[in-house]
Amino acid sequence: MNHVELDPRFAPPFPQAVLPVLRNPQLRKNVAHAIDVIQAKRAKLVAEKTDWQALRTAAAAIRSHALENLGAYLEEFEARCTAAGGQVHWASDADEARRLILDLLRQEKASEVIKIKTMTSAEIQLNPFLQAAGVDVFETDLAEIILQLGELEPSHIVVPALHVNRSQVREIFARRMGLKDLSDDPKELTNAARHYLRQKFLAIPTAISGANFLIAETGAVAVVESEGNGRMCLTLPRTLITLAGIEKVLPRFQDLEVMLQLLARSATGERMNPYTSLWTGVTAGDGPQRFHVVLLDNGRSSILSKPKQRQTLKCIRCAACMNACPVYRQTGGHAYGSVYPGPIGAILTPQLMQMHYAQSLPFASSLCGACYEACPVKINIPEVLLELRSQVVNQERKQAGRFFDPLYLGLRVANLLFAWAWLFHAAQWAGRVGLRVFTRKDGWIHWLPSVGGKWTQTRDLRGLPAQTFHQWWAARAKEKQ
Amino acid sequence: MRASLFITCYNDTLYPETGQAVVRLLERLGVELDFRSRQTCCGQMHANTGFRAEAYSQAKRFVRLYQDAEAVVIPSSSCVAMIRDQYPGLFQELGNEALRQEYAALLPRVFELSEFLIDRLGVEQVGAYFPHRVVYHASCHGVRALHLGDRPYRLLANVRGLELATLPNVDRCCGFGGTFSVKNAEVSSAMLAVKLQDVVSTGAEYCTALDNSCLMHLGGAMHRQYAGMKTIHLAQILASTEEAQAEAAQ
Repeated sequence: MNHVELDPRFAPPFPQAVLPVLRNPQLRKNVAHAIDVIQAKRAKLVAEKTDWQALRTAAAAIRSHALENLGAYLEEFEARCTAAGGQVHWASDADEARRLILDLLRQEKASEVIKIKTMTSAEIQLNPFLQAAGVDVFETDLAEIILQLGELEPSHIVVPALHVNRSQVREIFARRMGLKDLSDDPKELTNAARHYLRQKFLAIPTAISGANFLIAETGAVAVVESEGNGRMCLTLPRTLITLAGIEKVLPRFQDLEVMLQLLARSATGERMNPYTSLWTGVTAGDGPQRFHVVLLDNGRSSILSKPKQRQTLKCIRCAACMNACPVYRQTGGHAYGSVYPGPIGAILTPQLMQMHYAQSLPFASSLCGACYEACPVKINIPEVLLELRSQVVNQERKQAGRFFDPLYLGLRVANLLFAWAWLFHAAQWAGRVGLRVFTRKDGWIHWLPSVGGKWTQTRDLRGLPAQTFHQWWAARAKEKQ
Repeated sequence: MRASLFITCYNDTLYPETGQAVVRLLERLGVELDFRSRQTCCGQMHANTGFRAEAYSQAKRFVRLYQDAEAVVIPSSSCVAMIRDQYPGLFQELGNEALRQEYAALLPRVFELSEFLIDRLGVEQVGAYFPHRVVYHASCHGVRALHLGDRPYRLLANVRGLELATLPNVDRCCGFGGTFSVKNAEVSSAMLAVKLQDVVSTGAEYCTALDNSCLMHLGGAMHRQYAGMKTIHLAQILASTEEAQAEAAQ
């Protein structure tokens, strides 16, 4: 497979990044198949919940409330977690978080570390940093192992290897684990992974995890997963470091009742995820004896400060939006040039980049609204997309090179026309005359220059009719008199 | 009953036959229609592309133009969605209090065509005759923004001679998305290909919708691919009668 760039600072713009994907039938087949399977399961389990909409409303309220009082809840979490024997660290950006984690690993004299369930670590590019500092990192989530051993990039936030099919997994495992006779039977593949993992779990006493939720009331951390590898990773090691974005906090333990019902159904189409791990600080003689939480800002408080965009942080990383998205279904995750793909990635990534990078992402949507409908915490993604689009336009329209950009020029001219009906009508006439040369005998346009060519590359356009509606109306009114 | 027709900029330019059908249909149902010649655009194209100030000036124009209308009928669900969902934000950000109040007073009188027929006029049986196999494309704005629900199906069910085909993945986007179709033309085309497969699989003669924008997208691909299916706005089906069919046949 081609090299995939998921650092938004270096990734190509979305319209370019999609091209290799759209020309890769195997990849598209893998993505569409995986998405359709998840969507069918989700639809069935959402339908059986008669209180689904009420749950969404409750979850949205809980998340909004948590964000509006984030400072207080984070401090409460820190106090409770510390009282229970954990240590809380604050990192304002990716660099600080990476160095903090490396320092903690050095205190442990760790040259190897196991990892589970942390998209946030991908956001801060932790693995390459630790590898460069001489710490070997081993992923323990099945999908993450496939990606790490295959040297591939994640394309989904819940099912990160969704774009890889079984025979590709077989090839990776056979090559990297030295198992020449491995078949692509799922049982055999799972056994191979299990064997590989057990050695890591038993040998490496230091782990890094993510967090699905931080509970302010009790200081507990929650991780949900399907495989049990997370449970191993969270309980076997001597030392556990949890990396979590500051937005992950929930006020009360009771709030999990709402969140867990929504999360499993939205994410994997299950009533309940198989493993839900909850722990509070350290417990003598049980589980890790040293526990650190690194709370990461990395642009989040800036998002929080903008009322129209704040809702982005309500996200609980279920991926329901990307599973519902007709764009994602065609492109998969890599085209988004970010570890956060799909509709949520299209709004989160440019914001995390302070709008300096990933400006093509807010436009990577047909605004069909399927994401908003699916979102269990009711993030109005189309609304945020539009807000970000207007910010990008405000950046770009100041650039001299954009002045003659056909789309910008067209929209500026259109605005002028829409201000005066007579001018609009004159432009309709000019358009009809101007397009005549492109209109074939059958009355259709098959080719247009410039921006129009983007349309006619796959679609015809019916030639402009001889009479507009308002002309017809005026003629009729005259006749009636 | 009096009503004002907001034809929308692209229907005026590209699909006058849809406007003519709305006039025939509503006048047949006893509605006295007026058409304000100063109308242009609702501002959706600008708003959806990030040109908020421009969208605002068109929004202001729309509200001013129709403030005294008894009802405004719009044969395009995405334009109605623009007016309902995006105007409040635009006026909040850029408008003054007087304009916000004018808008709030006008909003309950703005109707998408199927809403106007069913909710305002209370008719499902409009006396239409259209002896063809038809598939209905539920546009994204109709389904998820306006929540039109079964309104279009109820109208279609009452058309004599019409055989309604079932569209698989009915609520999936056709990939048009306004300027998305040119800014991200390749993805848009990939989405269109998938949609077209579903639409063509129904074996219908016509694909109908309440948005000519989706139909322009689907119809453009049908024509390019010699798909053997035509697009038609729902208003044109509802306006069609036995006499009109006979006339057309002659």
